[in-house]
Amino acid sequence: HGPYQPHEPGYGLYQPGYSPHDDQIPDPKSRMLAIQNAKAYLLKSSTTSGLNLYDHLANMLTKILDEQPTNAVDIIENISKDVKWAQFQKKMDTLRDEHEILPTFEAAEKRKALFLKANGEGDEELEEEIGETRLPNVMETAFYFEQAGIGLSKDESYHIFLALKKLVSVQPIQTCRFWGKILGLEMNYIIAEVQYHEEEEEEETEEEEVTKEGGTGMDEVEDEDEEKEKEDEPPKSTYKPPPIIPKEENGTGANKYVYFVCNEPGKPWVKLPPVTPAQIFCARKIKKFFTGRLDAPVVSFPPFPGNEANYLRAQIARISAGTHISPTGFYQFAEEEGDEEEEGEGGRDTCEENPYFQPLSVAEMVDSLSTWVHHTQSILKQGRCVWLNPFQKSEEEEEEEEEEGEEEKPEEPDELQQEIGPPLLTPLSEDEGIQNIPAWTAQPSTNLIPQYAVAILQSNRWPGAYAFASGRKFENIYFGWGHKYSPENHAPALPPPAQAEYPSGPEITETRDPTLEEELAFKAAREEALAEAEEEEDEEDAVEDDEEEEEDD
Amino acid sequence: MEAASLPAALELTAGGGAGLSAEKRAVLGTSLLLLQRDYRFERVWFWGRIQGVRGAYYIAEGLGPDRAAPRSRLYSLNCMEWSLLPPATKEMVAQAEQLKGRFQGDPSFEYKYSEVDAEDAERPIEDGKEPMIKEEARLVATIEQIDRAVGIIPRGAFVKTPLGPVHENRNFEGLSLTEAKKLSSYFHFTEPVNLKNKTLLEKADLDPSTDFLDSLEHDIPQGSWTVQLEKGGTVVVLRSLLWLGLTFYHIPMTKQYGYVYFGTGEKNLDLPFML
Repeated sequence: HGPYQPHEPGYGLYQPGYSPHDDQIPDPKSRMLAIQNAKAYLLKSSTTSGLNLYDHLANMLTKILDEQPTNAVDIIENISKDVKWAQFQKKMDTLRDEHEILPTFEAAEKRKALFLKANGEGDEELEEEIGETRLPNVMETAFYFEQAGIGLSKDESYHIFLALKKLVSVQPIQTCRFWGKILGLEMNYIIAEVQYHEEEEEEETEEEEVTKEGGTGMDEVEDEDEEKEKEDEPPKSTYKPPPIIPKEENGTGANKYVYFVCNEPGKPWVKLPPVTPAQIFCARKIKKFFTGRLDAPVVSFPPFPGNEANYLRAQIARISAGTHISPTGFYQFAEEEGDEEEEGEGGRDTCEENPYFQPLSVAEMVDSLSTWVHHTQSILKQGRCVWLNPFQKSEEEEEEEEEEGEEEKPEEPDELQQEIGPPLLTPLSEDEGIQNIPAWTAQPSTNLIPQYAVAILQSNRWPGAYAFASGRKFENIYFGWGHKYSPENHAPALPPPAQAEYPSGPEITETRDPTLEEELAFKAAREEALAEAEEEEDEEDAVEDDEEEEEDD
Repeated sequence: MEAASLPAALELTAGGGAGLSAEKRAVLGTSLLLLQRDYRFERVWFWGRIQGVRGAYYIAEGLGPDRAAPRSRLYSLNCMEWSLLPPATKEMVAQAEQLKGRFQGDPSFEYKYSEVDAEDAERPIEDGKEPMIKEEARLVATIEQIDRAVGIIPRGAFVKTPLGPVHENRNFEGLSLTEAKKLSSYFHFTEPVNLKNKTLLEKADLDPSTDFLDSLEHDIPQGSWTVQLEKGGTVVVLRSLLWLGLTFYHIPMTKQYGYVYFGTGEKNLDLPFML
């Protein structure tokens, strides 16, 4: 062997120091030197990071040999990155890590409170609860809805169950129902529908009457001031705002139930205020997402009279009125003697459970929509369930008008026509569909095992509203964003046309200025008239002169 | 969502009230496996359910070795028998955008739609027939639109190999809690549109193996995603407001993530008014 010449075939293959025959080279020192040089190079610390390649490679290979990942060569760069990253995790100082209090721990703490039994529950209370089951069986309802794939996870359902139990123990509640869940941008709402005991309702109405009387006192004082300043007043506006339609009493119509909401089970329940017709009227015109905070303002046009709590309450009222259904015959009208005429045109507004209810089979419930009825009153255009004529004046108001007879009475608008909605317990087959879509879609929960199937109805007008019926059990629920379905895009209301500032009359009506031609023509006409008059005078003078001349001759 | 993690994932996305019944879950568990065997997919995703008026479509997607390649989509009316859908074309998508209203639930239903373009109206109608679209085509187009607009993955879940194909990142340990609340940690799992428009400074910070997709930060309109922590803060759930019904979940510091669509298949065009 020996150094190969360029033309020989072995040239270039064997580098000095690395050929297989090098151990036979009688100079191990140069090889050792080469190794030491290589190692020294590998041990050189990097100027930027302070690491050296030798240690890094050693750590990496140790890690690989410890963990033995599959296809290590494919992820070698990532392993290298991880080893380098691990360098920075070691804390060389003596400070101990403060345990992070993650927000998840606090949330878990709140939910834990749900599972604790309240202190001081004696045997008496337990007996009471067993006697009147005011708490709804949320898990049973969840089971039936789960047959159709509707519902929250079991965990969440159970948490809601416990949260409702807490609500029932805190407030004097007669009946309680899990109404549903409305999703929001930052947080969601869990809603419970509740009816109070009767004594509680009376207390609330008393509070409201007190505030009303305070209001009328103020009005009388203002009227006296106005009468003193009758002279020299600027013209008063003749605008009369449309009359405010009073909201329905608690316990009737749209305010039949009281609603409590919370963001998550474990958080305190907040009561929603009763809904007013103006709010329902406005809620029909706007479409806004809920943020999850009850005090958030609702920025919209037409401006919504209230904040998110009111908007939420209005949407709940609309959904309840439109989608709460039950199998035919479950509810019936209470039998009353001779009261039909007194009910007026509004129709009956209460119904009660029918003790002789015979449930229909699931196949019948699914085939025809006339086997289901609405058991909540629908909301009229006015915003109430029972129509009220806002122009019917009470005796007090008529007296006031006689006093102010000197002032001009504004024109009264035409009398409103009474609005009639569908009566209570209308079957679903009367529901209007949207375009060519029926209002409800009915399906059995399973086609494979029809004997244990459950009839499921989904609303197409309020996507997210569901109802099930199985034997004597039925329930309604809502899971969704809280908006009505409309195939057309939402078009916000346009601002109304600008009002006239003043009534138009001849003295303030603008007329066109005369144009230049007209003025010139007018001037010319006038000059002609003058010229004619002068000519006549001239002629007369001329005639006189002539006469004088003739006389002279 | 991955077919293998279907039961757990359904529990996590049930916050919106939509899910699958026990029967459907059982059926899907078996039929998706058979799908994987028959079509030789490497991964099978249960995409979701589009609710029609008279029935529902259950959609599954199959992925091949390159996860970013166009996916095969299949639909079924009963979760047992699956039919392959044709790939979406631009004309299909353009035509389907003009359709409004709910899906009917019958794949052979034909929609009549009026031509919007004046040019098309001038073109003589062949054979005197009105232009019609089948519901199947509308389905294809809708799924394509939803995937393109709101199909998302967490950052770092997929890596792009130097040769081009995209694979799952085996080193993905999950997003941290702080990262998971930011929209910039999630990407659209589709062809990037805005990536080229970034400035050089921004591009210098990106890691080309993981940052090869558009993030959600610059979605129009702003605020079209809701980010919430559910189950006491253990799961991050993103819901799209543009396509109501799309839910994405991720458990921070774990590898579990996925998205599913339970809805009516209609775009929420009123979104700017609703925010």
